[in-house]
Amino acid sequence: MSHIPSRRGLLFGTAAVSATAVLAACTSNETSDGDEDAGTSGQPAADDQPGKQVTIGFAGPQADHGWLNAINDQAKKRAQKYSDVSLEITEGSNDTAQQIGQIETLINKKVDVLVILPADGKALTQVGLKAMRAGIPVVNLDRIFNTPQAYRCWIGGDNYGMGFNAGQYIGEKLKGKANAKVVELAGIDNLELTRQRTQGFDDALKNYPNLRKVARQAADFTVESGQAKMAQLLQAQPQFDALWNHDDDQGVGALRAVSQAGRDDFLMVGGAGSLSAMQAIKQDKGVLKATVLYPPTMAASAIDLARALGQDKGVGGLAEFEIPASITLYSAVVDKANVDQYMPTGFR
Amino acid sequence: MTQPVSPPRDSADKMPEAAQVPSWRGLLARADVRILSLLGVLAVLVVIGGITKPDEFLDTRNLQLVLTQASVIGVVTVGMTFVIMSGGIDLSVGAIVALASVWATTVATQEYGFAGILFTAVLVGLGCGLVNGVLIAYGGMVPFIATLAMLASARGLALQITDGQTQIVTIDSVLKLGERGSYVLGIPPLVLVFALVTVIGWLLLNRTTFGRRAVAVGGNPEAARLAGIDVRRQRLYLYLLSGLCCGIAAFLLIVLSGSGQNTNGNLYELDAIAAAIIGGTLLSGGRGTIVGSVLGVLIFTTITNIFALNNLQSDVQQIAKGAIIVAAVLVQRRTANAT
Repeated sequence: MSHIPSRRGLLFGTAAVSATAVLAACTSNETSDGDEDAGTSGQPAADDQPGKQVTIGFAGPQADHGWLNAINDQAKKRAQKYSDVSLEITEGSNDTAQQIGQIETLINKKVDVLVILPADGKALTQVGLKAMRAGIPVVNLDRIFNTPQAYRCWIGGDNYGMGFNAGQYIGEKLKGKANAKVVELAGIDNLELTRQRTQGFDDALKNYPNLRKVARQAADFTVESGQAKMAQLLQAQPQFDALWNHDDDQGVGALRAVSQAGRDDFLMVGGAGSLSAMQAIKQDKGVLKATVLYPPTMAASAIDLARALGQDKGVGGLAEFEIPASITLYSAVVDKANVDQYMPTGFR
Repeated sequence: MTQPVSPPRDSADKMPEAAQVPSWRGLLARADVRILSLLGVLAVLVVIGGITKPDEFLDTRNLQLVLTQASVIGVVTVGMTFVIMSGGIDLSVGAIVALASVWATTVATQEYGFAGILFTAVLVGLGCGLVNGVLIAYGGMVPFIATLAMLASARGLALQITDGQTQIVTIDSVLKLGERGSYVLGIPPLVLVFALVTVIGWLLLNRTTFGRRAVAVGGNPEAARLAGIDVRRQRLYLYLLSGLCCGIAAFLLIVLSGSGQNTNGNLYELDAIAAAIIGGTLLSGGRGTIVGSVLGVLIFTTITNIFALNNLQSDVQQIAKGAIIVAAVLVQRRTANAT
């Protein structure tokens, strides 16, 4: 990371280095009486104490959707929490070429670590490789690059697990019901993640021979498409027992269609974990009984990982000296019983 | 709650076919052949829907659903028809719907009520139409470019206003308009608005000087100018009209979806252009029919409905939509050449 720092950067850098030195002195004083190997031999795990100054470059897609907006928010807020992190954030774009350009700019700026949520993982693999070859480690967020060479660490949600857990939840709820009918309102069909969610859902349903999926329609992750597709589904299926909707944003529209059709004869499970979905689950007045998480807090965790990478530290709570190469988050099912716990992570 | 099953409207309208074709000549006859062929396509679709899903398709609720879903894009298409007829194009309709809907719903969250939402949506639509119109008529910009610029900036502004968040409407009087309880004689209010816009559009085009001028400007702007028509002002009015339709459509979309989102109206421009073209409006200007455009919208919505009822996936739907545009235009060219 050889680059000519600006005067301000130099000042901050010096301040940070001296601060670190002071802190190191403090901690070494404190720990000298106890642990022998933890403090001295290997790399300590990252914690909230300020460490070496790290500049993190963040390149995400255009936040035209509740979840993506929450991703940007989570990243910014987490970076602000650390006095030793400065965040270089590019304007989000859904255009592959434009995002490649933005990441190249960050590489040229010689940021210490890159966090990339690619608009399209496969299409951006090359620029990920380029960053890694330039000596800038990449934390790949959510949509995965084609090859592990293009990132140092991947962190993201579990699309298969989302579908699977939704299916298991529905299966348990309808266990005693013979010939139960299940309907699926999927997301954008040309996305890999939609296929994974459906695959997980289908696999879970196989564990419950009394369940049968009678219809599946794809929407576009938007309220408008959710309303339109759900209205059609309700017309096509005069009676069914459970609905899994891949995305809570389009779920706003889906719920609207349900109330317009005056239907309340089934249970609905949402996806992603929006605030409005969690509020509806808490109130327990409509068909929405649960949502499977795809937590946007992963962006905050990605900043944590990038900071640890920049400071050559491992992750607290694990024995490893280095951060892991891959972290898949768990898609917890949020229902009335645990909604209060998850409410703070709900996004608008 | 349950309404008596009324027969699909097109089966009744098929009657005059035999009487029309041989004796009439000229523009009127050509337009009628075109509309009859569109009604034929719609009739075929109704038969297909009736055979594949008799219980779900031939149902009052489904008729209400199809017409409701046609309403938003239908209102946009009426405005678009006027613009295309005048030799222009409006690529910004989807973005204007998005901007008008999020602007109105951010106002809604500040509790200005029903009137606040309606007026904001209509005013934003008119405002965008005004900008388009001034740029094109008085700024001398090509419609394609001016409205493309509006597309980009209106979408950007919509994203900025919402910050990517979905604006959920909490005003009951607005939401109720989309519910079953407010149906008038079994007709959803959204469909009534769509019908009203269609009738006004038809009267405007066929029974007023405004309509004749719009056609004249599209057919030959220079001749129109020599005939004493203020071509610039006429163009300004046409883009204002399109913007107004987008504002109304945005309000309908708010009622329908109970929210405003910056992704609203995605690809409406293409749907509206496609519906107007298969309805017989010339992309080069000089000719257009409101009835044809509305039939075009109904054909698309019916196809979507039949596919959803039969649980076909979106890829098949898109392919079929493309095929129908090609087929409809080919059929029209043949019928147009024949007379």
